[in-house]
Amino acid sequence: MELKKWVAGVVLTFGMGGAYAAECIAPANPGGGWDFTCRSIGKIMFDIGAVDQPIQVTNMAGGGGGLAYTHVVSERGTDGDLIVAASSATATRLAQNAYGGMTADQVRFLGAIGADPGVLVVAKDAPYQNLGDLLDAVKADPTSVTFAGGSAAGGFDHLKVLMALGRAGFDDIRKVKYIGVDGGADAITQTIGGFTQAMTGDISEVVGFLKAGDVRVLAVLTDERLPGEFGNIPTAKEQGIDVVAVNWRGLYVPKDVSEGDYKMWSNALAQVAASDEWAAAMEANGLAPFTKVGDDFQGYVDQVIGEIQTLSRELGVIQ
Amino acid sequence: MEIFALLGQGFDVALTPTNLMLAVAGCIIGTIVGALPGLGPSNGVALLIPLAFSLGLDATESLVLMTSVYYGAMYGGRISSILLNVPGDEPALMTTLDGYPMAKQGRAGDALVLSGVASFVGAMLATIGLMLLAPLLAGIAYLFGPAEYFALYLLAFSTLGGLASKSQAKAVLASCIGLGIAVIGLDNFSGMPRMTGGSLHLMDGVDFLVAIVGLFAVTEVFVYIESHGKNSSIGVAVSKITIPVRDIVRSIGTMLRSTVVGFIAGVLPGAGASLGSFLAYSMEKAVSRDKDTFGTGNPRGVAAPEAGNNAAAGGALVPMLTLGVPGSGTTAVLLALLMTLNITPGPLLFEERPEVVWGLIAALIIANFVLLILNVPMVKLFVKILSVPPWVLLPGVTMVSFVGIYSLSGSSFDLVLMIAFGALGYFLRKLDIPTVPIILGILLGNHMEDSLRRAMIVGDGEWQYLFSSPISIGLWTAAIVGFVAPLFLRRFIRTPEKHAD
Repeated sequence: MELKKWVAGVVLTFGMGGAYAAECIAPANPGGGWDFTCRSIGKIMFDIGAVDQPIQVTNMAGGGGGLAYTHVVSERGTDGDLIVAASSATATRLAQNAYGGMTADQVRFLGAIGADPGVLVVAKDAPYQNLGDLLDAVKADPTSVTFAGGSAAGGFDHLKVLMALGRAGFDDIRKVKYIGVDGGADAITQTIGGFTQAMTGDISEVVGFLKAGDVRVLAVLTDERLPGEFGNIPTAKEQGIDVVAVNWRGLYVPKDVSEGDYKMWSNALAQVAASDEWAAAMEANGLAPFTKVGDDFQGYVDQVIGEIQTLSRELGVIQ
Repeated sequence: MEIFALLGQGFDVALTPTNLMLAVAGCIIGTIVGALPGLGPSNGVALLIPLAFSLGLDATESLVLMTSVYYGAMYGGRISSILLNVPGDEPALMTTLDGYPMAKQGRAGDALVLSGVASFVGAMLATIGLMLLAPLLAGIAYLFGPAEYFALYLLAFSTLGGLASKSQAKAVLASCIGLGIAVIGLDNFSGMPRMTGGSLHLMDGVDFLVAIVGLFAVTEVFVYIESHGKNSSIGVAVSKITIPVRDIVRSIGTMLRSTVVGFIAGVLPGAGASLGSFLAYSMEKAVSRDKDTFGTGNPRGVAAPEAGNNAAAGGALVPMLTLGVPGSGTTAVLLALLMTLNITPGPLLFEERPEVVWGLIAALIIANFVLLILNVPMVKLFVKILSVPPWVLLPGVTMVSFVGIYSLSGSSFDLVLMIAFGALGYFLRKLDIPTVPIILGILLGNHMEDSLRRAMIVGDGEWQYLFSSPISIGLWTAAIVGFVAPLFLRRFIRTPEKHAD
């Protein structure tokens, strides 16, 4: 099971600890997104010479990232040799107080260098031709549209819908019908089967169904259209709904690291973002470019967390 | 023929040296596990899951190993039934009725060979049935919404109590205990912790593997301690193994009938192998002209339950793979394995992971031939293993349980929890309350709750939404009939009296 791999990770940690200078904590089991972040970024940093020794990856699963967060805040607060994998899920959980009282200002967000863009999708025979149609239908009768997504109620997939509706001038968000199912594939199946009218998720979750022609992507939630084969999908922004919601992949560092260490890691991360190796890794994993490093990124995270908190309070997910 | 092309792909996957080796190893382990009284297929599979992970096996490899163990245990269970009059596992109970009398008449070898052949016929035909039926069932993915899924889970619970247990009320009680345990952890819809008592260890809920190993393996240890290893060495010796050609030929009709009955029993969610062997035996006794000799060493009384329970084992894989609903205790454990491998059994499995499904089916066919060889010409080998003294077996089981669970979670909390489940299982067994519904409750409780709550959101909170499609109405009907019918049927088909020794 996943936990067993965690044990293996710990064993490796103790067994090989001495050979490494820096450590990257993946707050989940091997195989997931956070693990990917640590392993690929760590490897590329060393390969391109941004750091002079290999970075060791530790898997620390538990509490949806909360265990690692608590560990970093309480025990590694000044450790300049530590980076930790994070994603929009980290920000969402922090915003919703899901890390047992920990807050976002207890670490420093370093940067994001790739993202799985959010999408809103309907079945191919659905009456909604563009994002406006779908949002208008909800505004006219909230009971007429049920959204399905791979995250629990109040999770990021749910919030994407609420953000889009908010921009379209619909604020009665508790009326919006959303069901969280077990992952994007289930959400798509429910939508194609006609049990739900729209699916909210990441583009990587819908690629198979999109290529099979079973679904229509109404909008991708990025600043600009995606490069490559999905370039014909319109953004929400160009349809007048200014929502950017991506599942970013990035890192944070402990709060009280020296300014020099923070600069060093920002530089290393920026170099990775610009490398061919990273471009290949993104392509292989269905990620789109999304680079925000340093203070710019900290600002973005703060803004997203603020928005999630507002929505979550209205939803009743947090007090 | 698309099905042959797919099967060919499956053999490509299954015939790698690693997979072949795993299949043979799984068959041997499975037969041993099945033959040892107390260790049944579900314990065998549950205990081997940690091994599969620590060997770093991928999804297909783990499945090949586990299903070989599963089929192997189904074969092996009969050995101790025939020789010791103690069923090696629950489904082999019926085999004691005629197998042990046969052995006492000095025909132990004949009984072992005949039942081995019957097992092969049942398992082989069931695997073919799985191959033909499963893809048909796989196309229904898009027909199942939240309401249909809820009704399906309900069906699994309501039929579980069915004919396999003695009391509907006790099965319901056990299901409720399981569902109650499933509530522990984060609520999927609000993100709030429920019933955790503030403990971080319980935030992610109770791991079903902890419950399975506790309720099955640890409980077995407690029961064994209590009995001081009685019933462990009252065996009958096997002299020579010959092929009883006449008995086999005379039992062919029996095997075919029993296979059909067993397969159907297996496909029904919640029924499983015990029901398969029970129904096969009862039916064979009913249609036979020499009813009176059943229970006194009739070869057909040996062939029927073995063909039946092995066919049911194959049949139980159909709902497990295509619907994600386990048809028996062991498939519940296999389901757990699949989920931890990040494979969600269900209507999409055949489309998303054909290499897993067809590799599995090919592996089952290979396992069957391996098992036929192991269980007919080489059966004496396993007869020897039955002489393992309890003082070796007992600490072994305990050790494997503890190491297994600790290697999964690395947390001593889970070990304590496992012992608690062992104690719970012990008391439940004293009260004659089945533990499989508890496992099923822990395993499926969250899914069942989620489907209900999703259905309520999609249906605007109207309860009628639960009955809004023909499929859900059909499932509700089946669930209600499956729950109520045994109350009446039990009077008519009673368990045959156990052979008095």
